[in-house]
Amino acid sequence: MSLLHQGIPLTWYLLLSAALFSLGVIGFLIKRNLITVFLSIELMLNAVNLSFVTFAYEWNAVKGQIFVFFVMMVAAAEAAVGLAIIIAVFRTRATLAVDRINLMKL
Amino acid sequence: MYLILFLVFAGFCLAGAINLLLQTHPINSALSLIVVMTSLAVLYLLLGAEFLAIAQIIVYAGAVMVLFTFVVMLLNAGREERTLGSRAAGPIGFSAVVVLLAVLATVILRLQGLGVATLGHGLTNAPNQSNLVLLSQVLFHELLLPFEVTSVLILIAILGAVAIARRDGGERTAEK
Repeated sequence: MSLLHQGIPLTWYLLLSAALFSLGVIGFLIKRNLITVFLSIELMLNAVNLSFVTFAYEWNAVKGQIFVFFVMMVAAAEAAVGLAIIIAVFRTRATLAVDRINLMKL
Repeated sequence: MYLILFLVFAGFCLAGAINLLLQTHPINSALSLIVVMTSLAVLYLLLGAEFLAIAQIIVYAGAVMVLFTFVVMLLNAGREERTLGSRAAGPIGFSAVVVLLAVLATVILRLQGLGVATLGHGLTNAPNQSNLVLLSQVLFHELLLPFEVTSVLILIAILGAVAIARRDGGERTAEK
């Protein structure tokens, strides 16, 4: 019964957020596919959003949640532009390996 | 109950994120990122952010990830290949990130006075005021201008995406 009503410390949420962010950074560094690198960036954005929501919960701050909403909107715009750039890069290079995309101009 | 829900969905989050790193094919990475995002939506619900949970599922797990999987299929992306220079990035990057995580965890564990999350508690404790009402009052009164500017931003971003990804954009302007 005590387990049913027991809460958890907010520190756990922050630790989860830090772990997700670190996994995103690892993916960004070691992955060699352009799309997977981009996915890692999205993972980092999500991790930061989690800590925003946690702090909004702690301080009853509405603007914390609204900030997460704006981050989501900007991330959607960023994903659209980024994927368009990936398509354009693939069209000129015919590869997605970041090791081969080392020149700005052909 | 709260503890079980948190542990299950935090576990899903971490498992999805680790699976994103372990998979070599981008479509598997994209699908495991959808798992992470959906589990994060449940965690938002546990933290009393209902609007953000639904927006997370619709915007992230829905729209953004559909875009990602569409691009993966359109470009027929295969398994990733490694060169000599990128093999060095593994150990160096891994140790750097372990240090980063240690610093972050130290800072978080030294935080004093953080509360405890319980079920049914959100931005407000008033019995007949919902989080959604509170959120929309601030978003549509105080922050109306930033909200509208965001719509312009997304419109410009979509126009830019179409302009970049158009097949014969370069040649057509060159002919003129």
